[in-house]
Amino acid sequence: MTLAQMQHNFRAWLVTASDTAAGQLGTVANAGLAVYQNNYRGQLVGCLEEAFTHVRRWIGEDTFRNAAITHVDSRPPHSWTLDAYASGFGETLVELFPRNPDLHELAWIEWSLSQSFVAADAEPLSPQALALVDWDTARLRLTPSLMCHVATTNAERIWSALWEKTEVPEGQMLPQPGGLIVWRRGFTSRLKQVEALELEVLLELQGDGRFAALCDRLVERLGEAEGIARAGSLLADWLGAELIVGID
Amino acid sequence: MSVSNPLFSGYGLGLRKEHYKDFLETTVSVDFVEVISENFMVEGGQPRHILRQIRERHPVALHGVSMSIGSADGLDRDYLRRLKSLADEIEPLFVSDHLSWSRIGGFNSHDLLPVPYTEEALDRVCANISMAQDTLGRPMLFENPSSYLTFEGAVMSEWEFIAAMAKRTGCDLILDVNNVFVSASNHGFDALAFLDGIPADRVRQIHLAGHSQGQDLLIDTHDSPVCEDVWALYAKAISLLGPVATMIERDDDIPPLADLLAELDKARHLGALDARARRGEAA
Repeated sequence: MTLAQMQHNFRAWLVTASDTAAGQLGTVANAGLAVYQNNYRGQLVGCLEEAFTHVRRWIGEDTFRNAAITHVDSRPPHSWTLDAYASGFGETLVELFPRNPDLHELAWIEWSLSQSFVAADAEPLSPQALALVDWDTARLRLTPSLMCHVATTNAERIWSALWEKTEVPEGQMLPQPGGLIVWRRGFTSRLKQVEALELEVLLELQGDGRFAALCDRLVERLGEAEGIARAGSLLADWLGAELIVGID
Repeated sequence: MSVSNPLFSGYGLGLRKEHYKDFLETTVSVDFVEVISENFMVEGGQPRHILRQIRERHPVALHGVSMSIGSADGLDRDYLRRLKSLADEIEPLFVSDHLSWSRIGGFNSHDLLPVPYTEEALDRVCANISMAQDTLGRPMLFENPSSYLTFEGAVMSEWEFIAAMAKRTGCDLILDVNNVFVSASNHGFDALAFLDGIPADRVRQIHLAGHSQGQDLLIDTHDSPVCEDVWALYAKAISLLGPVATMIERDDDIPPLADLLAELDKARHLGALDARARRGEAA
């Protein structure tokens, strides 16, 4: 058996735990195989437990564990970093609980906060840098830690209550869909629920960056006066929140 | 890779997040710390910031768990690029990983899986080490892992494999004394034969840790203090190797820092006894 064949067989054993796979490994004694199997599964379940502490509290220990086992059985890890294993858990939750958007959004919040925590560093824009900006051609650079998502439920309130260890509200649909944004300010990850229009223009800015296009979009939606005023207030909010890290 | 890592004979600890505050706000009496490389191979944020602060106070060794030098697929270039970026910034005392594999065909086990001690595996391991060392521009250290099974078709012992690997690649070694003890117990070999069989002049670092008794085998759990049998094997190791950078690893049930420092003092005491014996003084 070649090294590659042995390693593919070992992979099959770890993923399936089948006797057939164990028999194809060419090991002298099989008592140790169980140790590797336990290490493999324990490591992955432990990764999910650590990455989704709030989801775990929200759905309960047993339900979470069953979901984690489903995830381990269906999605073998692929990245060099164990942290990446948690990235697909939200999809597993969607498959297992398709009628629970509050849970899906809670999982998105928790995963995004962890990603934002280790996103690339970027210095917030200084007020002095605004003095020389030509706003007609300016392109805003948003912090690389910014992550955006549609909000349809009160998941932000659920997450906040779990974080603050206060009474956790029941999951509810929002009267109107909005947005969730996650970013890092200094070394602290932040979460904020925003209106749908702010989410829309942030997503456009992430792709395009042109402040003039942002103004056009807001004027189109809100009219000339209110649109321009909203552009100014959003810009002030984003600068204060350290969401903007550069203007080209 | 003909350049060797510097000789360094201090005493250190594996730095874990439970002790960040101690290391940042107090003077901790260690000669170096070792961190898990992958925990800091991130784009930015607090982890890298903390590591930079720690580096201003202590020499730092980077110890990886995901290089997978035994992989038949070769090495992950993105992984190497990130490790080089970290090493270039931190200027570590050592960069190390394990004689093991974890990755094949796009799958990553996130465990230190055993390498069969065959000529084919030796060729592959040496090719991978050479690629890693060339990319990093420095010799690495590789650690003997604990293992729980052996393969049919093995043509050499673990220590013969390690000696050949070091000779062919110029890499240096971490001697994990606890892993020698665990594997010797699990596979029925003589731990002293292991110590005699590895090239002493290549050992740059010693790891000490605790293990647990499993159903049939000893398990390398890093969740308890170093046991007396491992301390005895450590004393034997330093009598053979001389002064070598020594550290204690603890990854689970992590106690207060003072407890680990007390354990480290035991290593210092054994090192002092060995030094006196070398000078011909009575213990």
